[in-house]
Amino acid sequence: MSGTASSAPDLLYSDIEEELRASVRDLLADRCPPSAVLARCEGPEPYDLALWRTLAVELGTAGLQVPEKLGGAGASLRETAVVLEELGRSAAPVPFLGSAVLATTALLACEAGELLAGLTEGGRVAALAVPFSTPPGGAFPDAVRVGGDGTLSGRVTSVADALPASLLLVPAVGGDGPGLYAVEASALGVGVVRRTSLDLTRQLADVTLQGVPARQLAGPERAAAVLDRALLTGAGLLASEQLGIAEWCLGTTVAYLKERRQFGRALGSFQALKHRLADLWLETVGARAAARGAADALAVDSPDTAVAVSVAQAHCGALAVRAAEECVQLHGGIGMTWEHPAHLYLKRAKADQIALGTPGFHRNALAGLVDLPGPVG
Amino acid sequence: MASDIRARVDALLKAHDPATTPRADFLAARFDAGLAWVHFPVGLGGLGAPRSQQALVEAELAAAGAPDNDPRRIGIGLGMAAPTILRYGTEEQKSRFLRPLWTGEEVWCQLFSEPGAGSDLAALGTRAVRDGDGWVVDGQKVWTSSAHTARWAILLARTDPGVPKHRGITYFVCDMTDPGVEVRPLRQITGEAEFNEVFLTGVRIPDAHRLGGVGEGWQVAQTTLNNERVAIGGQATPREGGMIGVVAETWRSRPELRSHELHQRLLKGWLDAEVIRLAGERLRQQLASGQPGPEGAAMKLAFARLAQELSGLEVELLGEEGLAYDDWTMTRPEVVDFTGREAGYRYLRAKGNSIEGGTSEILRNIIAERVLGLPAEPRTDKDLPWKELAR
Repeated sequence: MSGTASSAPDLLYSDIEEELRASVRDLLADRCPPSAVLARCEGPEPYDLALWRTLAVELGTAGLQVPEKLGGAGASLRETAVVLEELGRSAAPVPFLGSAVLATTALLACEAGELLAGLTEGGRVAALAVPFSTPPGGAFPDAVRVGGDGTLSGRVTSVADALPASLLLVPAVGGDGPGLYAVEASALGVGVVRRTSLDLTRQLADVTLQGVPARQLAGPERAAAVLDRALLTGAGLLASEQLGIAEWCLGTTVAYLKERRQFGRALGSFQALKHRLADLWLETVGARAAARGAADALAVDSPDTAVAVSVAQAHCGALAVRAAEECVQLHGGIGMTWEHPAHLYLKRAKADQIALGTPGFHRNALAGLVDLPGPVG
Repeated sequence: MASDIRARVDALLKAHDPATTPRADFLAARFDAGLAWVHFPVGLGGLGAPRSQQALVEAELAAAGAPDNDPRRIGIGLGMAAPTILRYGTEEQKSRFLRPLWTGEEVWCQLFSEPGAGSDLAALGTRAVRDGDGWVVDGQKVWTSSAHTARWAILLARTDPGVPKHRGITYFVCDMTDPGVEVRPLRQITGEAEFNEVFLTGVRIPDAHRLGGVGEGWQVAQTTLNNERVAIGGQATPREGGMIGVVAETWRSRPELRSHELHQRLLKGWLDAEVIRLAGERLRQQLASGQPGPEGAAMKLAFARLAQELSGLEVELLGEEGLAYDDWTMTRPEVVDFTGREAGYRYLRAKGNSIEGGTSEILRNIIAERVLGLPAEPRTDKDLPWKELAR
């Protein structure tokens, strides 16, 4: 099994996807300029929940992957990925990945329709209570236990987008095995404590549960598959966010090097710098194809999905970091300042590299998926 | 459109059964039926149809067991000479050259590069001097693949040394059987001689074999060179096509050779190969839907780097066997197969991938300037007459 793809994925953007992109980009240009992101990130409200409401409910992006009969837009993960590209491009402080991707995918897989409606129509935020570094395909997390009375107790560290969430989806292990549970964040015994996060625009929080009443959404027979589907979807679509980060960094750096003059000419005319940017562009071309490949595979539930996701995540995770590092370096001193937004993208890119499996994790996953085993013993 | 093309293919197969028709006759009939390259005009081997329809023709004919024109043997004619003749040729030139070019009856080569004009091709010094109703050409060309099998060459020569270098060049079709053409094999690091040096001494070219206007050779050559870099096939590449497939097969069949360090590099190479394959597939989908992107320039650059990394990895993986080489005998192959022969050959041949058809350094300049819009390096030679340039 060398992992032959059954048919070629659709790697282009449809007209509808381009329209969606345009409306998201317009909104973000208007409401989410770098200066606003920078001003917010150290304040008491690191998430822009007014922007989230417009994006999620008015533009309907929270329900893109949700069928119409469940109150969603009846689109697919391809469109969801396009939104993530734009959010990456603006380092927007909204809980889209945590709520509209990870939590929504889990709720869809559990067929928890009434909870979904709150997310798609009510602008409610949900978070999947796993460390953001959790890769797909691992052991079921046992940080939270189900007590004999059915309540949950335990502590989950580094949960993405939990801070603004009112609904927590918690993997927990009880006497009958693994389960996925819904918990109201406002319930007695729930603690959500903000961590000082490397990524200023996607905050992490530690979630503590002490005897909290919970509703089981999936039991032992389905919980692991539901969680894995959510993590795989998150990892695959994160590649689109990483593509957006890389595109912003490349475009911003190119624009700066056309303008900045030293030695009597534009810095961008020096071959040493041009070649670095040409190589970065080349990697970005690959990233777009890989990210589209993963989104399409997830959308059509292709048998090749696991390969497509690991290819996209291994490539795009590394590329976004490289693009952000080049952006800082090629801006010289200004790139090192707090005032310039380059650091927002560097921090987002570096955190994203660890999120949902590192590039190294996903390369090693390919060894099993495409039959390239390591040395024996 | 698709059903019309299918009907034409059926009619061709009915009138010329591939099982019983001689290969040359079948190819000639295919050309005359407009099924050679469907995007070419009617009467010149095409139907004036969208290029995307070609894949259908190839699939139908392959399914019927029809012979092809061995495109690897005539790549320069198909990929470079033909589009240039189509765009700039006279009616006489088109009807004289295109049919035998496509059927493979006449092989073409390219006389562009010179010892003193490589990446700076526009500095070329081969002279063409007007003589009655023709031209007399003197000079030296180099890196000429297929020169020893070619009937014709596309040739760039300087017709006016008194103007800046890009403006004094004219584009010709050169008869390789002219007594003033001398072809010498140029042995390369693999041991074989894929390409040649070509010495031109008093070669006579009729003015009727000029392509485009006098002094307009540089613009004409852009068509040739752009087509060289856009030579992306009409069909999807399968996963593990090309060099990665060869290396992965060695890896799977020889577990005793594996190490942890090579495993990490192999997985990175597999990943890069798959990403490049997807980028090529995306480019193909863009072209098929009529929205070509600038990604074409990227593909050759990416391909070269990958082929070099993977072929080097395989030699290392083979350990003691990697110390051997299959054969240093000097031969003059008619076709080149990057993934053919043994690992040592593949490693050495791949070194050419970042040099031939535009070096990777020049491609990066092209991407930086034409795609990213970065300014050109300051150049002192651009506006000087060619004869005053420092050499």
